[in-house]
Amino acid sequence: MSSEEKIREFILENYLFTDDQSELNNDDSFLDQGILDSTGILEIIFFIEDEFGIKIKDDEMVPDNLDSVNRIVAFIKRKQQE
Amino acid sequence: MEIQRPLRLMHESLFRAARQHPQKTALVAEGEETTYEQLAENVNRLSAFLQQHGLERGERCVIFMDNTLACAISIYAVLAAGGVFVIVNPQTKQDKLAYILQDSEAKVLITDSHLHRVFLPAIEENPHLCSVIASGDLEKLAQERLTGFADALERGGGLTDSGVIQKDLAALIYTSGSTGDPKGVMHTHLSMTFVLGSLIEYLRLSREDRLLLMLPLAFDYGLYQLFMSIQLGATLIMERSFTYPAVIFDRIREYAVTVFPAVPTIYAMLISMHHREPLCFPSVTRVTNTAAALPAGQVPALKEIFPNALIYKMYGLTECKRVSYLEPELIDTKPGSVGKAIPGTQVCILDEDGNPVGPGETGILHMRGTHLMLGYWRSPELSDRVLIDASLPGEKLLRTGDWFSMDEDGDLYFKGRSDDIIKTRGEKVSPLEVENVVTMVVGVKEVAVIGVPDETLGQALKCFVVPEPDSALSMRDIRKVCVEKLENFMVPKYIEIVADLPRTSTGKISKKDLS
Repeated sequence: MSSEEKIREFILENYLFTDDQSELNNDDSFLDQGILDSTGILEIIFFIEDEFGIKIKDDEMVPDNLDSVNRIVAFIKRKQQE
Repeated sequence: MEIQRPLRLMHESLFRAARQHPQKTALVAEGEETTYEQLAENVNRLSAFLQQHGLERGERCVIFMDNTLACAISIYAVLAAGGVFVIVNPQTKQDKLAYILQDSEAKVLITDSHLHRVFLPAIEENPHLCSVIASGDLEKLAQERLTGFADALERGGGLTDSGVIQKDLAALIYTSGSTGDPKGVMHTHLSMTFVLGSLIEYLRLSREDRLLLMLPLAFDYGLYQLFMSIQLGATLIMERSFTYPAVIFDRIREYAVTVFPAVPTIYAMLISMHHREPLCFPSVTRVTNTAAALPAGQVPALKEIFPNALIYKMYGLTECKRVSYLEPELIDTKPGSVGKAIPGTQVCILDEDGNPVGPGETGILHMRGTHLMLGYWRSPELSDRVLIDASLPGEKLLRTGDWFSMDEDGDLYFKGRSDDIIKTRGEKVSPLEVENVVTMVVGVKEVAVIGVPDETLGQALKCFVVPEPDSALSMRDIRKVCVEKLENFMVPKYIEIVADLPRTSTGKISKKDLS
């Protein structure tokens, strides 16, 4: 599975409780769509750290890195190249 | 001699601040600064637009928005127009929003275009709405009914005096009740300006403070951060949520935030992050907690994170905004207490027959003061149950649903709730409201929702479901419906499918036998 597919599956399964792919666009802002709230972000961070073997620093927990599927995918790619 | 006119109405402080120090920063909304002059100007314009589009004195305007500059402008514009604002959490789903629009008979809805999936269906059959204003990009929505927020500001002309006095209604704040349907708590300009003065006094705030807002404005604890800041002519640093903690940390440092208000769930997250990578915010001089008890064990870590702060433990309910606070100097000597009545108010603990109980004895907490709500919107019977006659003719006491005791010094200790409302993540949840939603899931025969202890959430919701015989009900089906119909904090963390539920001798579901 690609990292995009893994992220999509995690969000759909854990926050939207569906496998209907049409319910999540890769550009949807998690904040705007009310998909994520303050207790949700740590779960995503732990998921990314475990799944992709990277370590996310506190100052990287910003919307630019994490607020949509596309942003997370790009962030993981950057981190893996570090 | 010039006589200084007292400020009687909620919005007057904004216009005073705009006259006295127009160039001062009033708000920093997601990093964007707005001066008092700009804020007052925009409030004036929107307010005039609302008046021109049919909002009359005492009429309701629902504000369904994220924590944004537009939301802050809207709240003050409704007040200045003489209307009553009804602020609704942006996580609210379509059915509940439609219910609140109907119940409040709102004339105007102000919202954000990115919330269109929720508000467009909710306004479809509403006969009362005259005007819908939405911020953001409307082009994709192609809705003739909507006025753009920026457009409304452009078109607003001169504001006319609404004639509102202090006794007029200023806000309806919808809160969960044990009857299942949310109810609108009525607050007047008088109750709100009174409570503002009291909060500012005991939190020892001044015009020089910079307050942080990351709690929803739809939660009165968040809303009053905005009100306190404007009342003082101080600066509010506003963010949509604590979802991205690094953003909050940057703002605290950049703007040298002095007041940090949060709830135990946020403090628990902050402490867990502190243990990953130490945090320290020396600019913060006041840390406040309410909505649920701050575990005493968290205090030492909070003192490390906020080395220069007084830590306030407080207790309140929407019906009177705030009840009590513990003087921060007592945080270590009275770890279990939420302190005394806020300045200018009185509390008493009465037994079930209405007689005062002695020190250390448990009874039901009652309040006296100008901070009490007027009642629940169009629910006189429900109002009579909580606003009971005081000894002075015509005066009311507010009866909470909470058991308390008081020590010899008059400090209060929370003992438990007398109704079945659950507090999770600092929010009140009516089990019935959740049960009503779960019952709609195909294949569900019976449901019971309870609160179970949870380290981060205070209490977590646990839902027991009895399926219909032969149904292929899955937990996922239940969760999906919950996510579609309920605000995030109302979605049960645990769902257990059981063969049947424990009963009392009279056949009612016995929740105390569930865990």
